[in-house]
Amino acid sequence: MGLLRSGREGKHLTNIRNLGWIVLALLGAMALGVIATARGEPVNAIWIVAAAVSVYLIAYRFYARYISDKVLRLDPARPTPAARHADGLDFVPTNRNVLFGHHFAAIAGAGPLVGPVLAAQMGYLPGLLWILAGVVVAGAVQDFIILFISMRRDGRSLGELIRMEMGQVAGTIALFGAFTIMVIILAVLSLIVVRALTGSPWGMFTVAATIPLAIVMGVYMRWIRPGRVGEASIIGLIGLFLAIVYGREVAESATWGPLFTFTPVQLCWILIGYGAVASMLPVWLLLAPRDYLSTFLKIGAIAALAIGIVVTAPPLQMPALTKFVDGSGPVWSGSLFPFLFITIACGAVSGFHALIASGTTPKLIASEGDARFIGYGAMLMESFVAVMALVAASIIEPGIYFAMNSPAAVVGTDPASAAAAVSAMGFAISPETIAQTARDVGETTIISRAGGAPTLAVGMAHIFSQLIGGKAMMAFWYHFAILFEALFILTAVDAGTRSGRFMLQDLIGLAVPSFRNSSSLVPSVVGTILCVSAWGFFLYQGVTDPLGGVNTLWPLFGISNQMLAAVALMLGTVVLFRMKHERFAWVTLIPTAWLLLCTITASLMKLFSADPRVGFLAHAQGYSDALARGELIAPAKSAAEMASIVFNDRIDAALCAVFLFVVLAILFFAVRTCLAARRLPAPSVHEIPETALAA
Amino acid sequence: MALRDQLSLWAENAKVILGVPSYRLYREHMARHHPERALMSEAQFFRNRQDARYGKGGGGKCC
Repeated sequence: MGLLRSGREGKHLTNIRNLGWIVLALLGAMALGVIATARGEPVNAIWIVAAAVSVYLIAYRFYARYISDKVLRLDPARPTPAARHADGLDFVPTNRNVLFGHHFAAIAGAGPLVGPVLAAQMGYLPGLLWILAGVVVAGAVQDFIILFISMRRDGRSLGELIRMEMGQVAGTIALFGAFTIMVIILAVLSLIVVRALTGSPWGMFTVAATIPLAIVMGVYMRWIRPGRVGEASIIGLIGLFLAIVYGREVAESATWGPLFTFTPVQLCWILIGYGAVASMLPVWLLLAPRDYLSTFLKIGAIAALAIGIVVTAPPLQMPALTKFVDGSGPVWSGSLFPFLFITIACGAVSGFHALIASGTTPKLIASEGDARFIGYGAMLMESFVAVMALVAASIIEPGIYFAMNSPAAVVGTDPASAAAAVSAMGFAISPETIAQTARDVGETTIISRAGGAPTLAVGMAHIFSQLIGGKAMMAFWYHFAILFEALFILTAVDAGTRSGRFMLQDLIGLAVPSFRNSSSLVPSVVGTILCVSAWGFFLYQGVTDPLGGVNTLWPLFGISNQMLAAVALMLGTVVLFRMKHERFAWVTLIPTAWLLLCTITASLMKLFSADPRVGFLAHAQGYSDALARGELIAPAKSAAEMASIVFNDRIDAALCAVFLFVVLAILFFAVRTCLAARRLPAPSVHEIPETALAA
Repeated sequence: MALRDQLSLWAENAKVILGVPSYRLYREHMARHHPERALMSEAQFFRNRQDARYGKGGGGKCC
């Protein structure tokens, strides 16, 4: 990124540099032009990549720099927490490129891979435009500003920052919101794993194999060769490779295959049990080693995907726009506005990043001058991952895409019914093609595997197999891609349950002080069971949902994640007002307003829409009315099942209302604080003064 | 820089990306600022950092 730094080497050089930016702008405009005007003929994925990269570079060079120089006025001479508190442990000034890698590995997870795949049901264009516009104006701005705020306050966390700048009540509300969001995230991520591994002994075996492998690594690093992460990771990666290779034989074996074949409900209980046990084990045994493996795999797979797309240059099969922009799509219900903007959260804007940008990164940053590269730049990189996921979902045949992502209630469970249903949607596909695709990737069926991971895996397998191994390797690459996603989802389940448990223990500790003592058995068991039951409830509901679960849970996740982003951007606005930089506050006000508009509209629609496919309460009403008349509505087979559907709907509605309350409460505190700050004659931020020295 | 040093710097950077801080920097910091305090061994340092990073949650991971 040294090239992007402006120099003072003379006017001649400046002209050449400006020329470079003009050429880049033209290239980006041309790529977007090709994408926008191509009708009827497939667009090559290279144009998408070119358009995205041009937009990122221009945004980074001009907009991010404007924010850094004018809006925030970053001062490279000002000591960062890493300089002030340097202790060689938590606070270590770190090389910007290394810290970029660290920050990127922490923010990029399954989110940017799943949302764009689901959004592809409306065609690739709406998703692409939102990912690009969203990241430049909202997502990267949020990450950058929160990193800035935390960096000027000794690396404090989001909850503490809100408490400092907006008061105790606002901070507590935001923390409570973060907990409910985590519950939903864990449920929806687990659901993705369930959809990917149902009836897939090969996938199940490889994912299960990561547990003993991680334990071997953990023991190796703890006791045999302490701290040798590299050696242990090599052992782990070789093990993973062997697990994928021999997974096929395990799956085909008459004795072993059935042992790794599970129904969705069985997998649901396995995951719940896994979450409970794994989050109580010592961290060095399972969580940490698997996290190392998953980080290596994540960075490797993302780099390979980028190379693969550029080298193979696949044409997009999905139309730019499908007829489902009206909201009638089978994957998820709801019209383009507001639901596209909450379906793609991570990659465009993700509130969860505010927790990372106020976590480890601000304690490691060596100079304020690095904040733009790390805060804004790493989010651009995540956005690029989202664009690649969108590409991977769009290069497979649309018929396959809809067969894989439509619920069983719509497409049935065999190739003939799926081909008929999907062809009727207007995406002609033969039963033979569906069956052949399943055989190519080494699965018995690919029908109705909504949730993003399997679709992405088919797309990645297409790209990778053209690079290495041809058709014969496709099944290997498919299971590699499934493993890669499942690995970091399981890490998230383990880690999320753990932090949820600590949050709950602290909450209960307010009433029963002994609960704060996390090391004793009873509080940790109670905390874990409560946390696992919370996400397990939503997971079970999603797994047994005839509409696939994604339809219900993903919008809840999107709404909550975007609302957290709105909360973070409101904090940014408050800080700008308190700094007396309010004439620049449009930088955070525009994305805040857009996110509030999208999330409040979406949650009101989820609550009150008369369409039972969209509104939770309308759906509940339909079932409870039928129940009162003594009728059964499929898929419910008994009055008890009918009653539980009504109950689930009302819980979902209540959760939606909770999110709405959190965001409106923070909005109230933000407006109040901004107005108060405006009336003051001088800045009123709570920054650590420049001259303060560490004790 | 000798190849050996290059390689060990790369390994150190890769570890920082994973969330394992550099023992070398810790040792240097302690030597410069707190020569009187007891130094953790490399194994102790690794365990201490691993527990600190993952102890109260996920080690700062996103979805």
